[in-house]
Amino acid sequence: MKLTLRIWRQKGPDVAGDLETHELPDVSPDMSFLEMLDVLNEQLQNEGKEPVAFDHDCREGICGMCSLVIDGVPHGPMKATTTCQLHMRTFHDGDTITIEPFRAKAFPVIKDLCIDRGAFDRISASGGFVSVNTGGAPDANAVPIGKEDADAAMDAAACIGCGACVAACPNASAMLYVSAKVGHLAHLPQGQPERGRRARSMVETMDAEGFGNCRNYYECEAVCPKEISHHFIGGMNRDFLKANLCGGE
Amino acid sequence: MNWLARLLGSSVGRKMLVALTGLALVGFVIAHMLGNLQVFLGPDALNSYAAKLKSLGALLWVMRGGLLAVFVVHVGLALKLAAENKAARPAAYARPGRVQSTLGARSMVLTGLMVLLFVLYHLAHFTFGWTHPEHATATEAVQTLTGPVNRHDVYYMVVMGFRQPLVSGLYIAAMALLALHMSHGVQSVFQSLGLNNRKYEDPIRKLAIGLAWVIFLGNSSMPVAVMAGLVDLPGA
Repeated sequence: MKLTLRIWRQKGPDVAGDLETHELPDVSPDMSFLEMLDVLNEQLQNEGKEPVAFDHDCREGICGMCSLVIDGVPHGPMKATTTCQLHMRTFHDGDTITIEPFRAKAFPVIKDLCIDRGAFDRISASGGFVSVNTGGAPDANAVPIGKEDADAAMDAAACIGCGACVAACPNASAMLYVSAKVGHLAHLPQGQPERGRRARSMVETMDAEGFGNCRNYYECEAVCPKEISHHFIGGMNRDFLKANLCGGE
Repeated sequence: MNWLARLLGSSVGRKMLVALTGLALVGFVIAHMLGNLQVFLGPDALNSYAAKLKSLGALLWVMRGGLLAVFVVHVGLALKLAAENKAARPAAYARPGRVQSTLGARSMVLTGLMVLLFVLYHLAHFTFGWTHPEHATATEAVQTLTGPVNRHDVYYMVVMGFRQPLVSGLYIAAMALLALHMSHGVQSVFQSLGLNNRKYEDPIRKLAIGLAWVIFLGNSSMPVAVMAGLVDLPGA
């Protein structure tokens, strides 16, 4: 396959960036998108040019490290698929592909396509956990959990924190990510004691990090590689309201 | 009241307030339409309804004040949220994409602002009688046809106003924008207040879209009926 890439280059966080065009004459349809970028970088290095910086780690679709907005869609055109699991057979010979970083004030560009998603870590650190006193480990099956709750908790816990939801949202809102973290623990008995505090605290941190507000577009859900449902957002809104109305000061 | 400040200080809480005020405005839009549809019952029905509203006196002003407050909170907060949203993505995508968001959802700010402009025009037209002062008070000859002399003749004003294709067209276009705004807004009310879930989602969507159609068709029926001559001055 012959491809033309329009790819975002930016030297650093405070420098203006721009799209750069590169031709790839021989791309195998069996390559993953990231392998295609590896080939581009090899070509650039051979030409004595600076390779394109992009985030990646496991390349198995489970770590949440890869990103990229491909032709306007985070993680590219294939549903429920991370960029690393996207294969070049999805594209056609002669295609021009535009590759940009996830764009949000809360996700500053570090270099080229690499972005700082530390804001997500700070949100999770503010409440995305359960406090457990150490002691003898309880029997795993000692606390019964209904099938529906177990399923819902697992669905929410599938979130890999990649940030595609923020990238896809026209408002750069992080509500899908935060609601997945809140929803995951809200469906489990272990999450109950801190449920209200968690919702309040994580929403507060989310606001402070400079994400936008949810306007119920549900673009987030459409691009989520783990297909997290927007119903977790509704659930978090419910928890947040309840925590404020019925919880303590 | 610390909790209330904290609630309304958050993005989620502010959206809830936009949702609640939006819900109040939906209630007003429905009541307003039902009241005005009495134009089809003839001059006496509409004019006595208008007279009844005016006779509420102080209560009418309380209602108007409440409506204005709700309107100001709804628009003001929505604009504040929109400004925050713009700030949250300082650099736009070179190639923007869209997967499943609807036109109604993406145009909320635009349709909202256009409806706001329309409301100002509508007030200047019918409530204050600024744009067509000659319609606000019917001539004596017409008043004797439609009711006691010196009565504020809403029926006459509506018929004379909607006889102008430009005015009618403007009203119908504004109702289309309002319907588009409501088709997303009503669904959003439930989601933002946490009242949406898998079970209710489909009925809520149908309710929102159905209600938007009812408001569009119900309100548009009035200018259309006047233009078609179905609603006319008595004796004409």
